Amino acid sequence: MAGSVSGSRRIMGRLLKCGYGYGNGFLRQFSTSSSDGKSLNLYTAINQALHIAMESDPRAYIFGEDVGFGGVFRCTTGLADRFGKNRVFNTPLCEQGIVGFAIGLAAMGNRAIAEIQFADYIFPAFDQIVNEAAKFRYRSGNQFNCGGLTIRAPYGAVGHGGHYHSQSPEAFFCHVPGLKVVIPRSPKEAKGLLLSSIRDPNPVVFFEPKWLYRLSVEEVPEHDYMLPLSEAEVIREGNDITLVGWGAQLSIMEQACLDAEKDGISCELIDLKTLIPWDKETVEASVRKTGRLLISHEAPVTGGFGAEISASIVERCFLRLEAPVARICGLDTPFPLVFEPFYLPTKNKILDAIKSTVNY
Amino acid sequence: MALWTRKSVNVVNHVVSRVGFLGMINQSSWPHSFYRKHPISDACARNLKNPVTDFVNTPAHFPFRRFESTKAETQSDTLHDFDANQQVLDFPGGKVTFSSELRFISGSPEERVHCYRVLDDNGQIITGSTYVQVNKEVALKMYSDMVTLQMMDTIFYEAQRQGRVSFYLTTVGEEAINIASAAALTIDDLIFPQYREPGVLLWRGFTLQEFANQCFGNKADYGKGRQMPIHYGSNKHNYFTVSSTIATQIPHAVGAAYSLKMDKRDACVVTYFGDGGTSEGDFHAALNFAAVRDAPVIFICRNNGWAISTPTSDQFRSDGVVVRGQAYGIRSIRVDGNDALALYSAVHTARNIAIREHRPILIEALTYRVGHHSTSDDSTKYRPAEEIEWWRLARDPVTRFRKWIESNDWWNAEVESELRNSVRKQMLQAIQVAEKVEKPPIADVFTDVYDVPPSNLVEQEKLLRETIKRYPKDYPSDVPV
Repeated sequence: MAGSVSGSRRIMGRLLKCGYGYGNGFLRQFSTSSSDGKSLNLYTAINQALHIAMESDPRAYIFGEDVGFGGVFRCTTGLADRFGKNRVFNTPLCEQGIVGFAIGLAAMGNRAIAEIQFADYIFPAFDQIVNEAAKFRYRSGNQFNCGGLTIRAPYGAVGHGGHYHSQSPEAFFCHVPGLKVVIPRSPKEAKGLLLSSIRDPNPVVFFEPKWLYRLSVEEVPEHDYMLPLSEAEVIREGNDITLVGWGAQLSIMEQACLDAEKDGISCELIDLKTLIPWDKETVEASVRKTGRLLISHEAPVTGGFGAEISASIVERCFLRLEAPVARICGLDTPFPLVFEPFYLPTKNKILDAIKSTVNY
Repeated sequence: MALWTRKSVNVVNHVVSRVGFLGMINQSSWPHSFYRKHPISDACARNLKNPVTDFVNTPAHFPFRRFESTKAETQSDTLHDFDANQQVLDFPGGKVTFSSELRFISGSPEERVHCYRVLDDNGQIITGSTYVQVNKEVALKMYSDMVTLQMMDTIFYEAQRQGRVSFYLTTVGEEAINIASAAALTIDDLIFPQYREPGVLLWRGFTLQEFANQCFGNKADYGKGRQMPIHYGSNKHNYFTVSSTIATQIPHAVGAAYSLKMDKRDACVVTYFGDGGTSEGDFHAALNFAAVRDAPVIFICRNNGWAISTPTSDQFRSDGVVVRGQAYGIRSIRVDGNDALALYSAVHTARNIAIREHRPILIEALTYRVGHHSTSDDSTKYRPAEEIEWWRLARDPVTRFRKWIESNDWWNAEVESELRNSVRKQMLQAIQVAEKVEKPPIADVFTDVYDVPPSNLVEQEKLLRETIKRYPKDYPSDVPV
């Protein structure tokens, strides 16, 4: 996974060689200076965004399990010292309580930034997210809203997470009108998208690719900036096939694009960034150009968000498609520890699908 | 048995010798620190210094005993029975005394927690009661609103039976909890209701027309016709919109209360729920969060005995709900839910504690759901009709309160009849008007999902409008397109 992107456009941030570093509080914060900002890893970029969010809005609060000392991934390092324990605090170990509390706080006009320690543990809060946060504005006829709510949760494979530290539950939340679901691919993206999510007047579920927390390094502007939600980005232009993904999976997809290029296949790669409401127009325009579509995500293929993208694009581009839409995703199994390399939608699975789609 | 006891002593000794290095301290030093940590709270002491400013609304009659009643009980019995040889260890969370006795704490106390009441069955104040005075003006509004609530329920219930509204749910039997708790609060206090507390909204000035508009889901419904009847909500009355889900509002109340505390507002949050709701995880999450964050929130449980058809005996083994508070470190009180004066006093006092001391309070109001769960339920299928009748007639909280105001010469049959005639007229008028107002426009399907409709909703609205044009007969004609 590491090292192979040198020479390509740095769209994903540079990937460091020593991965596998979640939960290790002893690693030093990665930070080196350069001309237009600092080279930061992803968790440090998140940390910077949180500092800016708290600094720029006195009504912002950050809380969750273990956030007081900096969080198990160190994303909240230094915040309690800087902003005080009334605004940055530990909560009891109870996800439904965290999100329920956050909804009430947000309903009072605050920015409630709630951390769920792992996306795998978000399910006790599912009712609060689906039935409460998502419907708060609608059911009250816009008399009340909890738009200041942002739920952060690390998601995805990490090399050794097994069933309960690896899942990608984004599709569950993409079935819920009223929510926004955002997943960044790199440090720079993470900072800008997180600040947009926090300041967006709708509840946002923000999944952070935990594999990239320390692994992905990129120059990140130090100032306060936001990147637009519901806008996809073509991060690599090509003519033969469109690839759509989000989060950590994009770096795998990019490697497949590079290998395909050696075989003379020109791939266009799109980062969806916001899963709902998603930017259909950008994907549609790309598929109209290439005539082929491949979607890849770590979550199980059946009922994954790739299915939604596939159906929508077939509806819009049926006559332009030159091959069936390909989905290279996780297997329809629980996330298996020692079999992780088998379960994952790896580079060569994607590369094969690119070739077979182009040669269909 | 003796053998077992000796064994247990050995085990404890062993533990003591092994963990001694962790900071064993001589027990002679701990009672002092215990007292320092758990005396009558500082805030109570503050109240004692300046009772007038703390209880401006209840000057004259306010008895000194009241302050005693608001302080937490000290657990003095645990102080008396320590053994001189026993030692104390500073575990995480504080010092704990060892015991050589193998004894489990009882799951249920010998006697059930007492229930605070002020008015007896005949509406007379029980001699020696500690309570907060209610003046004539407030008392008459309380009574009028209880009667109005009862009549509103009767008439809406009939309207549902006639097919004029799709659903209804009465508050019969729980009028005192609704109105008396509302009367003890100020409009700045935020309400996170379940669904059987429309009386709080009524007290705050939500009109019968506004109730009717919601139940009929017309254009004037603040919820834009999106929710079933009785799902009221009103921003201007600080009453958050009802959702059908059980107990989900309780943690919201804690988050909102924390916000009030951070903003140093002179207000608290009140949330209501039933006995069934206390089995939900959200109830436990909320109590725990409130205790840990010191949130000024009052939890009011209407323990009416029934969660649809499930009696409390199938709901929990504890002595009701009040005992849960102590487990979370929350001051709690059990109140006769059919005694409006007791409810008023308890909520009024709880509000002062919540705001001045920044702490949550749990109130369990014992009552009975006299009506069916809703219009979709026939409760005689699971409980005897005689039981319902007994609660409806002999234990009616409205009648009991009426006896009290009549004994004060504040009320008589003539005024009663005027009130009832007036409410009936207003109700019928409200229903007639609500029925004639058109439904919300079709555009309201798509707004408020997000602050601004995203492109998929814009597209879906366009498609739906085209379909309606092609098949107008498929759709209700009273919804403007």
